[in-house]
Amino acid sequence: QSTLVVAEHDNAKLQPSTLHTITAASKIGSDVTCLVVGTQCAKVAEEVAKVNGVTKVLLADNDAFKGFLPETLTSLILETQKKHNFTHIFASATAFGKNLLPRVAAKLDMAPVSDAIGIKDPETFLRAIYAGNAYQTVKVTDAVKIVTIRGTAFDAAATEGGSAATEEAPAVTGSNNISEWVSQEMVKSDRPELTGAKVVISGGRGMKSGENFNMLYDLADRLNAAVGASRAAVDAGFVSNDMQVGQTGKIVAPDLYIAIGISGAIQHLAGMKDSKVIAAINKDPEAPIFQVADYGIVADLFKVHFISSQTCQQLT
Amino acid sequence: MSMRVLVACKRVIDYAVKVRVKPDKSGVVTEGVKHSMNPFDEIAVEEAVRMKESKVAGELIAVSCGPKQCQETLRTALAMGIDRAIHVEVSDADYANMQPFHVSKILAKVAQEEKADILLLGKQAIDDDCNQTGQMTAALLDWPQATFASAILKEGSDMLVTREVDGGLERIKVKVPAVITADLRLNEPRYATLPNIMKAKKKPLAKKPVSDFGVDLSPRHQVLSVEEPPVRKAGHKVETVEELVGKLKEAGVV
Repeated sequence: QSTLVVAEHDNAKLQPSTLHTITAASKIGSDVTCLVVGTQCAKVAEEVAKVNGVTKVLLADNDAFKGFLPETLTSLILETQKKHNFTHIFASATAFGKNLLPRVAAKLDMAPVSDAIGIKDPETFLRAIYAGNAYQTVKVTDAVKIVTIRGTAFDAAATEGGSAATEEAPAVTGSNNISEWVSQEMVKSDRPELTGAKVVISGGRGMKSGENFNMLYDLADRLNAAVGASRAAVDAGFVSNDMQVGQTGKIVAPDLYIAIGISGAIQHLAGMKDSKVIAAINKDPEAPIFQVADYGIVADLFKVHFISSQTCQQLT
Repeated sequence: MSMRVLVACKRVIDYAVKVRVKPDKSGVVTEGVKHSMNPFDEIAVEEAVRMKESKVAGELIAVSCGPKQCQETLRTALAMGIDRAIHVEVSDADYANMQPFHVSKILAKVAQEEKADILLLGKQAIDDDCNQTGQMTAALLDWPQATFASAILKEGSDMLVTREVDGGLERIKVKVPAVITADLRLNEPRYATLPNIMKAKKKPLAKKPVSDFGVDLSPRHQVLSVEEPPVRKAGHKVETVEELVGKLKEAGVV
C-alpha cells in the first residue's frame, strides 16, 4: 500500500488541513508520499519533509502551476501516478481538494470517495450523506482509491519528527490553454483560521447586522478564536461567505464552539456538531441548536451581554 | 453567436425532509417522501435562464438521469424557462447503484451529442453530497472546469467565473466549451408561475434509454451500510452568563 497526499498550500506555507490528511494516509500504510506542487514553493516542501509520517516528498515547482488550476495539476498527478503506481491518492476535502481529485479520478477511470470521515480498512471508508443525517460505509472496488478527507475527523500530524527525502516530481508535457487564473481576493485576518481554531464563535441571523459582528470580533480576539457565521447570516449580507460554517460552508470541530443567535438548521449543525464543547445563546427555547449544545442560555443575546466587554474580561 | 447551454438536474429528497435510515441499513427511506430538484441544480437552471435573457445563451436544454419521476424535475426546469429536456431513462434497479462516476459519463455523451457550449450544474447534490459530477464530466470531455461559481460573465469568447474558495474569492477565465458548477450565492432561483407551468407541459421532453449511451452501469463502490449518525446528547440550560463562563472554565475550554 502506498498513498499519495496532494499537499495544499499558498506557495509559502502548508495549509493545516493537509496535516489531518497525512494522518488519514498513515492509517493506510507506512508509505506516505506528499506532492508539493506550485510556484516557488520549495519552502513548503521543506516544511512537509519534517511532518511526522511523511516518507517522501515530490516537488513540482514551475510557473505553469500558478493559480493551482485543476487542468494543469491533473496532468502532473497523472504523470506522477504513472511513475509511482500509488494505491491511494488523498487530498483534503477543501475547495482545493474537492475541485481537483474528481478530475484526476475520471482521468484514471476510477470512482472517487468524497469527504471521508473514517477509514475502516484500506478499501473501506466512512462518509456522511444527507448533510450528516446518515453515515455511509463504502467499499471501493477500484484499483486506485481516490479520496478527499474531512480534516476534523482526523488528528493533525505532528509538524516535527519526519525527515523525508525530497525528489523532483515527473515533468509534465503539453500546456494548459483552456483555463487561466485571473485574480483572487482573499479575506485577510489576524485571527486563526476557522477550520484550525481551538475556539470558534459564530453568529447567526439573530446578530441582526454586520456591525453587531464587531462584538464577536472583539471577543474572538481576546480568546484567540476564529469567527464563523451561519448561512442565514451570510445570506443576509452580515458577513462574507468564507465565514460560513455548515454543510455547504466549512466543517469545524474546535474544543469550544459558541453559537450566538443561531437557531441551528440541519445544514449548520452538520458543520459544527463534532465540536468538543458547544455553548449556545438563543432566545427561542425550541431552537434545534439546544439539542446539540452542552450549555445553553435561553435569552436575547443583546440583553444577556455575553459578548460585552465585562464578560470578555471574565473569560480572559 | 449565442451559446447552447446544457443544464443537468438531479431529483433528490426535498431539502426540508428529515431523512430516515432504513432499519435494514441498506439506505434511506425514499418511498412516499417528497422529492424536488437538487437546490444547487435549481441555481444552475436559473443562471442558464438569465444567460438566455441577457442574450448570452441561445438554446437551453435540461437533462436528468434516473427513473420516470425525473420527468417532474425536468418539467420544473422547463417551467423556469428551459427550452427542451432530455430524460435519460434508468431503471430503479440500476439507479440504486448509480454514482457520479456513471452520471458524468452519460452527461459527457449528452453534452457532445447536443453540441453544448456550456454544461451548467450544481456543485453538489444534497443527497449523496459527493461534489464530483461536474469535475468528472469536465475531465471526460477535456473541457475546463469552473467549480463553485458565484458569478459568471462572458468576456469575449471566454467565460470569466468568480469562484468561492476557502479563503475568499478567486477569478478564473475558461475557454468555451466549459463545465461550470453553481454555488449558493450565484443567484436566487425564481418560482415557476402557473402560466409557465402550463406552458412547460407542451415543451419537448425527449426520452432516451440509458442503454443508448453505452455506459457500463456496474457499481464501482459497494455501499456496505447506511446508518444513523451518533446522536449528540443535549446538555443543560444555564441561567446566567456568569454560570456559563463558570461551566466553560470547568470544562477547561477557556
